[in-house]
Amino acid sequence: MEYDYEKLGLKMGLEIHQQLNSQHKLFCPCKTELVDDDFDELIQRKLRPTQSELGEIDRAALQESLRGLNFKYENFAKHTCLVENDDEPPHSLNEEALDICITIACLMNMHIVDEFHTMRKQVIDGSNTGGFQRTGMVATDGYLETPYGKVVIESLGLEEDAARRVETKDGFTEFRLDRLGIPLAEITTDPSMHHPDQVREVAYMLGQILRSTNVKRGLGTIRQDLNISIAEGARVEIKGVQDLDLMAEIVNREVQRQLALIDIRNELQTRNAEVLEEIHDLDELLEDTESKILKSAETIKAVVLKGYDGLIGREVQPGRRFGTEIASYAKKRGVAGIFHSDELPAYGIKQDEVDKIAEFLNIGEEDAFIIVAHDEDIAISALEEVKRRAQLGLDGVVEETRKALDDGNTEYMRPLPTANRMYLETDIPLFKITEDRIEPIANNLPELPDVKQARIIEEYKLSEDLATQLVKRQEADMFEAILADVDVDATPVASLLAYDLREIKREGHDVNVLTLDHFKGIFTLLADGKIAKDSVRKLAVETIKAPDTEISEIAEKSNLVMMSEDDVHKIISDIVAQNEGMVKERQMGAMGPLMGMCMKQLKGKADGGLVNKIVREEIQKLI
Amino acid sequence: MTYKENAEKYIENYGLSIGDTIKVNKEDISYTGILLDRPEDADDGYLVIKLSSGYNIGVAIKDTTAELIEKGDKPKIGYDETEIPHDDSKQNISIVSTGGTVSSVIDYRTGAVHPKFTASDLVKANPELLDYANYNVKALYNILSEDMKPEYWVKAAEEIANDISDGADGVVIAHGTDTMHYTSAALSFMVKTPVPIIITGAQRSSDRPSSDANINLIDSVVAAKSDIAEVCVCMHGSLNDKYNYLHKGTKVRKMHTSRRDTFRSINAQPIATIENRKVTINPDYNYTKRGENELELNTGIEEKVGFIKSFPGISEEFIEYHIDKGYKGLVIEGTGLGHVPNDLIDSFRRAQDERIPVVMTSQCLYGRVNMNVYSTGRNILDAGVISGRDMTPETTYVKLCWALGQSDDYEKVKEIMQTNIAGEFKEKSTIKDFLN
Repeated sequence: MEYDYEKLGLKMGLEIHQQLNSQHKLFCPCKTELVDDDFDELIQRKLRPTQSELGEIDRAALQESLRGLNFKYENFAKHTCLVENDDEPPHSLNEEALDICITIACLMNMHIVDEFHTMRKQVIDGSNTGGFQRTGMVATDGYLETPYGKVVIESLGLEEDAARRVETKDGFTEFRLDRLGIPLAEITTDPSMHHPDQVREVAYMLGQILRSTNVKRGLGTIRQDLNISIAEGARVEIKGVQDLDLMAEIVNREVQRQLALIDIRNELQTRNAEVLEEIHDLDELLEDTESKILKSAETIKAVVLKGYDGLIGREVQPGRRFGTEIASYAKKRGVAGIFHSDELPAYGIKQDEVDKIAEFLNIGEEDAFIIVAHDEDIAISALEEVKRRAQLGLDGVVEETRKALDDGNTEYMRPLPTANRMYLETDIPLFKITEDRIEPIANNLPELPDVKQARIIEEYKLSEDLATQLVKRQEADMFEAILADVDVDATPVASLLAYDLREIKREGHDVNVLTLDHFKGIFTLLADGKIAKDSVRKLAVETIKAPDTEISEIAEKSNLVMMSEDDVHKIISDIVAQNEGMVKERQMGAMGPLMGMCMKQLKGKADGGLVNKIVREEIQKLI
Repeated sequence: MTYKENAEKYIENYGLSIGDTIKVNKEDISYTGILLDRPEDADDGYLVIKLSSGYNIGVAIKDTTAELIEKGDKPKIGYDETEIPHDDSKQNISIVSTGGTVSSVIDYRTGAVHPKFTASDLVKANPELLDYANYNVKALYNILSEDMKPEYWVKAAEEIANDISDGADGVVIAHGTDTMHYTSAALSFMVKTPVPIIITGAQRSSDRPSSDANINLIDSVVAAKSDIAEVCVCMHGSLNDKYNYLHKGTKVRKMHTSRRDTFRSINAQPIATIENRKVTINPDYNYTKRGENELELNTGIEEKVGFIKSFPGISEEFIEYHIDKGYKGLVIEGTGLGHVPNDLIDSFRRAQDERIPVVMTSQCLYGRVNMNVYSTGRNILDAGVISGRDMTPETTYVKLCWALGQSDDYEKVKEIMQTNIAGEFKEKSTIKDFLN
């Protein structure tokens, strides 16, 4: 469904994290590659919120925050070092990574800072062994020209990627240290985009710019987050939008969710809704319940939400209800889910039990209740979150960080981070970025994809489609390198690189085997008239199978070398002679069948145009 | 303020102070943010601005103008004093800080980290401490570990003795890690204690969520409540936040520049392991029990002791220099079983003649000095050099300082050096004592 985005005051911004393809990690000499090997050692750690985050002394809050802060880290003797472990101070800033960022900054018309300061940004979910991510500001205030107008690029940061989460089990969250410390560029646009198509286009353009520089390619190397709000709603950050084509759907569903939450808020306000403080114990009341879920739990507890009846079951996104929003808060405290009165009876809880609970809790007509069944402390902690989220329902949309799901829906992850949890990383000296550093980079920028495309069309007389594909598939550099050395028609070169390679790969061949020399070999044969245009694809496949063999030898063995014109002539005149009767009878009408017979014998060994010419001549000789 | 010359002048000219929100205008861009102080060792000519995003950047002041946007408040650091409850059913633990930051407060507005050490700060940062004991917290002095001097050992020993006389059931000392094992050895010789004296610190500063400070501190309190009435070092036993070791104060050494489990027992095994707040004592270790000893303080110390490492190419000048300069004793870190080049032996004879005790240790660290095996060793022994046996070079150095503080008599000092005072010798080397 399309909304009137302008009327709703839709505002969106993008935040893009792109792994850089530097040789080493940002602050240690480890390679920037993910590892599939078995780990060598597992290290157990705890993280502890630092004092200023705790504020007033509150032991309950501390206990709460320490729950789930137990971590295991997979170490590798070969692939990781003590720096990732937080057992050695960081080494100096990786200047190669900084230079890649300077390139990106120049391409986005940004202002590079005079001095780069590495900061520590508190992150205590375990994804950084130190409890903070190292990050710094490289450039600010750039812009991008888009078909929808100028988009301001607010900032470009250079930071460490986080460790990879493996699993959460038995009170520990396990991480693999291979990804920790890979340099990331973080690009933030201003929140000035107003249409889903525009966000998609800008994300695409940013991706293209990044891909023109030395960045990692492939799944998981770029992560897109979307900031979104509508005027009456609140800012929500949606993490991990993988598929650009899903961007519009995610936007629409978030708009839908915010509108639904606003409706719910209005309704709650009309009803004078109220979240009651008390957490009730239902153990005695439900002593004889037959519900397996309830029976198996240590305790059953409930809270009363006055004026919430019917609204908890209200849909906010396809398949997700207000109750799902509340449940996702409770789940963070270790429960698998909640039961709310809008969905009961269900889960083995019978109508008479629902009535009993309602009576016990003194539930009025417009009231609702929510039940949690679990261990005592977890149940209480989960219901506190239920109360908190339900209460926030009275404010409408809540500022949150949410996770993008595959269907375009989103799910609560955590509150929005506050901006200022940063302080200087004192283990790393301040780094001056001088003109001497920037100038050579700025004078030697990679060509942007659209500029490159236009130039290739002009220079090589390629179709727009071929040029687009070449650039999109990052084969343009290879294309130009081949044509720089081989004087051959550009179209077959482009079409092999842009189309055929993809098909060959799909057939299960490893196209990465093919080097510039291979391509040059193949197209030299074409240029010299040794092979037919139609044979290029076949020859490429055969070359993949025997990459160390001479190309001409492969062509020979695979029977792809064209015959001399004399030989072709001889074969054709033989075929025509054998069919003299038909020629006499059908005159030029024999052309079709004869061509078919000739091509059957000469396919790949003679150019179709030449065969056509000779067949025509031979027929004319006879009539 | 640590801004220098040009930047300092610039800031003054525009009437700015640290903490103000300012705007710096360059030709094609301007930055607005809070003016922060600059690290002391950083170059002149740049301002540090904290942007609203929380990032700091450095702005070169050349060709810029600045304006004040808003006067900033002087950042208020720390918390109000809170009353620490006293529980008569709990033991009284005395915590003494010598300069290691066991608790720090981060001011996120300016990004400054302020080391704090008052009782209420400590309890604020580590509220679970209250479950274990009552606390008497004192900041004795505030020096970097590397600036430690023998005179500070005396101050610490006196303070600890006072606390014990005043009824402390155990003492925890917060210490920088670099020279922790020197202090632990010194306190071992100076204080005969009826209660545990536990020294601890952190390899990762306490402003980080991953700091080992909290676990080390809590486990030290647990150790201080235990039955082990000895001077011990309590630090991480492995890279895991899982268990801590309690090392004997005279048999421990910092063995890694940065790992959490840097402290290792040398030529010995840890006295105990502390895991989940529970002390498990090594059954092979015959420890001194709570109340077994009467409190006794003996802080006599001689600071003029030389500590010389032998190396291929060392000349006798190293020894001669120390004798000429009036050093009262020398500890040698010899090679292997306790050797130095033969060229040095005459200088040892001179030391002997001048009644300057010389003690031999090994730079192998692991194993025992034995100067009877090779002729060089026998010649060194003949020159009056005393064997440091299986002591670490550092413990030997501290012991010689202390022995010279006990007596001016050469023979008496030699005798003290040959006597086991605080478990610094072990007669038997077991297979478990190496790289454990």
